[in-house]
Amino acid sequence: MVRQLNQMQDWARETRIIHGRIVVLALMMLVIMVGLLYRYFVLQVLQNDQYRAQSDRNRIAVRTVAPTRGVIVDRNGSLLAINQPSFTLAITPERADDLAQTLTTLRDLLGLSDQDVALFLDARKRRRAMSPVPIKYRLSDEDRALIAVNKHRLSGVSVASELTRFYPEGDLVGHALGYVGRIGIDDVDDTKKDEYRGITHIGKVGLEAYYEDVLKGGLGVSRVETNARGVELDVIDRIEPIAGSELSLHLDLGLQRTVAQAMGDMRGAVVAIDPTNGGILAAFSNPRYDPNKFVNGISFDDYAVLRDSRDSPLLNRVIQGQYPPASTIKPMLGLQGLNQNVISIDTRIADPGWYSLPGDPRKYRDWILRLRGTGHADDMNLRESIAQSCDVYFYDLAHRLGIDALAESLDGFGIGSLTGVDLPSEKRGILPSSEWKKRVIGSNWYGGETLIVGIGQGYMLATPLQLAVATSALATRGTAYKPKLVASVAGVALPLEPLLDVTAPADYWNEVVAGMVDAVFSPRGTAAGMRTGITYSVAGKTGTAQVVGIAQDATYDEAILSEYQREHGWFIGFAPADNPEIVVAVLTENTGGGSAAYPVARAMLDYWMKQNEQ
Amino acid sequence: MSNDFSRNAHVSSRELGSRTRILHALHIDPWLLLPLVALSVSGLFVLYSASGQSDTMLMTQIRNLGVAFFVLLVTAQLKVATLKGVSPYIFSITVALLMGVAFFGVGAKGAQRWLDLGFIRFQPSEVMKVAMPLAVAWWLSKKALSPARRELLIAFLMVALPSLLILGQPDLGTSLLVAISGLSVIFMAGIQWRYILSMLFLTGLSIWPAWLFVLKDYQKQRVLTLFNPESDRLGAGWNIIQSKTAIGSGGWEGLGWTQGSQAQLDFLPEGHTDFIIAVLAEEFGFRGVALLFLLYAIILVRGLIISWQAQSSFARLLAGALIATFFFGLIVNLGMVSGLLPVVGVPLPMVSWGGTAMVSMMIAFGMLMAISTEHSVTQAMR
Repeated sequence: MVRQLNQMQDWARETRIIHGRIVVLALMMLVIMVGLLYRYFVLQVLQNDQYRAQSDRNRIAVRTVAPTRGVIVDRNGSLLAINQPSFTLAITPERADDLAQTLTTLRDLLGLSDQDVALFLDARKRRRAMSPVPIKYRLSDEDRALIAVNKHRLSGVSVASELTRFYPEGDLVGHALGYVGRIGIDDVDDTKKDEYRGITHIGKVGLEAYYEDVLKGGLGVSRVETNARGVELDVIDRIEPIAGSELSLHLDLGLQRTVAQAMGDMRGAVVAIDPTNGGILAAFSNPRYDPNKFVNGISFDDYAVLRDSRDSPLLNRVIQGQYPPASTIKPMLGLQGLNQNVISIDTRIADPGWYSLPGDPRKYRDWILRLRGTGHADDMNLRESIAQSCDVYFYDLAHRLGIDALAESLDGFGIGSLTGVDLPSEKRGILPSSEWKKRVIGSNWYGGETLIVGIGQGYMLATPLQLAVATSALATRGTAYKPKLVASVAGVALPLEPLLDVTAPADYWNEVVAGMVDAVFSPRGTAAGMRTGITYSVAGKTGTAQVVGIAQDATYDEAILSEYQREHGWFIGFAPADNPEIVVAVLTENTGGGSAAYPVARAMLDYWMKQNEQ
Repeated sequence: MSNDFSRNAHVSSRELGSRTRILHALHIDPWLLLPLVALSVSGLFVLYSASGQSDTMLMTQIRNLGVAFFVLLVTAQLKVATLKGVSPYIFSITVALLMGVAFFGVGAKGAQRWLDLGFIRFQPSEVMKVAMPLAVAWWLSKKALSPARRELLIAFLMVALPSLLILGQPDLGTSLLVAISGLSVIFMAGIQWRYILSMLFLTGLSIWPAWLFVLKDYQKQRVLTLFNPESDRLGAGWNIIQSKTAIGSGGWEGLGWTQGSQAQLDFLPEGHTDFIIAVLAEEFGFRGVALLFLLYAIILVRGLIISWQAQSSFARLLAGALIATFFFGLIVNLGMVSGLLPVVGVPLPMVSWGGTAMVSMMIAFGMLMAISTEHSVTQAMR
């Protein structure tokens, strides 16, 4: 009974204890559950907008849609730069079971080089997670078949189709067109980063670079729903990209082919201009390179060959080659001499074959002296001196003008100034003056130097394009337009931009042009060799540019000079002489003189005149 | 047993309604069973959506649930006295198995949790979730409550040994739940508040050495990530950011079943297991979450009532500890998914995918029903 009572007391006490604890537990549960419920309330109801937006950012990816780059065509619509579908091999590293193994397999299969792999590993660092990294471009059909057959061994590998720039004419128009290449880190500055999202290539040199903004086009945008692995599931909406504008060139592909054929292996530069509007009809620089090699990354070896070649194939000699203009400046100088009344049409200068300044024993030789031992004739007037390229006449004219008036005269023809052609990286050449010498070289001008500049040698340098522009001012008798490769952008013609304006009386122009016509058509003209069988009138001027300085009394002996020390040949000219349709400037490097240059000009003029008859 | 008072009375079936009579005969507590079934069924809907509409997973889960409810009903038939009688043996065997795992276990995902007995592979740590409260309740109810210092000491050792073994597997989540299941018995048994307070104080003190010597790097990372998920957006912070985003984007009404972009587009990791409430929250909104809370609340309240009304101290301790452990697992999951607690691998009870955890939980609810129906019989008799 007592025991029973004790049990009852124990039971009651334990009940009290446990019930107390249950109450504590119940309170804890209440507080915590209410607290947690409130937490979910805060997240779901109070902060709903914020998380809704976050969820949409997760779900919706904004993908840019790259536009198609504008094509480039010649004046007759022949395709010069187009976009071709091509296949690119890419790897998504996250999807590869064993990246090293995949790379080894691809090496064996497709013969990937160490450099391909190195570029891939480099590109991998710069891209978004879960996105494919390209490793080989322009897969051949055979490559694609090999990949398809070995698909099971190539986890993470995908083949994508994309449009790639292609230049059907290869190296023929390479220098003028330039090329596009994969966008590098420095190619796009931060302000333009957005415009290039999703665009893989950018114009690097040539027209592709100069007209990048119009060729590029505008990005399209598509909003897509993606899953956490970035796989697109659905397109939500899409703004179509704006295709890049078509560039239509003044360039005539047939003329360009003619030039290439005529130049053969000769190094040099050739440019043809329509004098009525400055349109560049041909622009050719030799040796050349194939721009297609650059589009998806040229190999180190191939690039080293181009970069290190002594012949500088990467140089666009038309705008970047700077050569002494030599005798090609004589017509311009003659015109300005008449203009400034230091000579007249009838002025005759005695020509013993050399010239010397009063009180100076130094002899300045005429080029004819070494051939004949005498001058061109007893005395020479301007017309004869242009036709026969008499140095003595122009030594005298230079002396009469003095260096600064001489420089001013040639400045009127654009020598030493950028032409403003629609290509990047144009060189300006050098138009020396006493002020120039003091500034650049730091010494005073002396009289003998004026004579040398008077025959286009010495410090003076010009690009073939500059001379072509100057020649078109001769052809039109005073007006030259800014040279342009592009005639129209998306069908809209570019405006004419006058560049040079040289004023002179008509009879002065006639006299100078007559001298140039004589250079081709008179028996003693320096370009007489090109007139055989010619059916139209041509005005021209040859030039022979010394590459190395010849000592005062030494004679020039081609045999002992290495090939690269031989003289360059020039020919400038236009046709028909009285109503010019085409201006040409030809430079042939180390060919010993103008006789290598004018056949090229003849071939071009023949092509052009024949074509225009039709 | 001496503390059990007026236990062996027999029901007079004539005094009970016919429906109640059937339930009693089956030892079923409807206040537990109904919310459990409701949770399971709604869990199936969420799981189907979270698994990307996988029929296979759905069927597997239905099978798991079938097994689990069968285990529930079987366990409910046991007498409380039987449970009490076998508890020391189950405990000892499970401790031995845990040691076996430590030496002969099979690893999965870098952790050694499974014991392969040739014919069956199972996790002794799951068994410990029920063996622990049984054993501690058995031990503490042998003497009068509240426990003396000697009893307490031994009880703490009983808690510590298996918990540490499981922690070493390593399985922090289960280790915590096992420890809690034992500690809550000690709490229910009336351990003095000064002990509780001083233990809390010591725990506070031990955080620093635990950080230095016990927690693994990935566990530390989870804690750090909790405070600043943005510090590692794509790494450890990913889970928390994505689950909060899923929950938060649900709003009042939710995006609709199988329409949650976070869940359906794989942004939410572990959407069908530990993070399944985020799927529910995204697709069914706060209304769905509140309903879920209500179902859990019914279970919790019912568990407390069973404990309150149980007819022996052992039964009360056991029932209280079982419901407290259930509660603890629940809040750890709810807190972790909503970014309040570090990421610990604890599933959402009755909803998350997975068989083993569900079976051990149903054994717990079976025991609660066994206690509950035994009590009802006595009460009905009065």
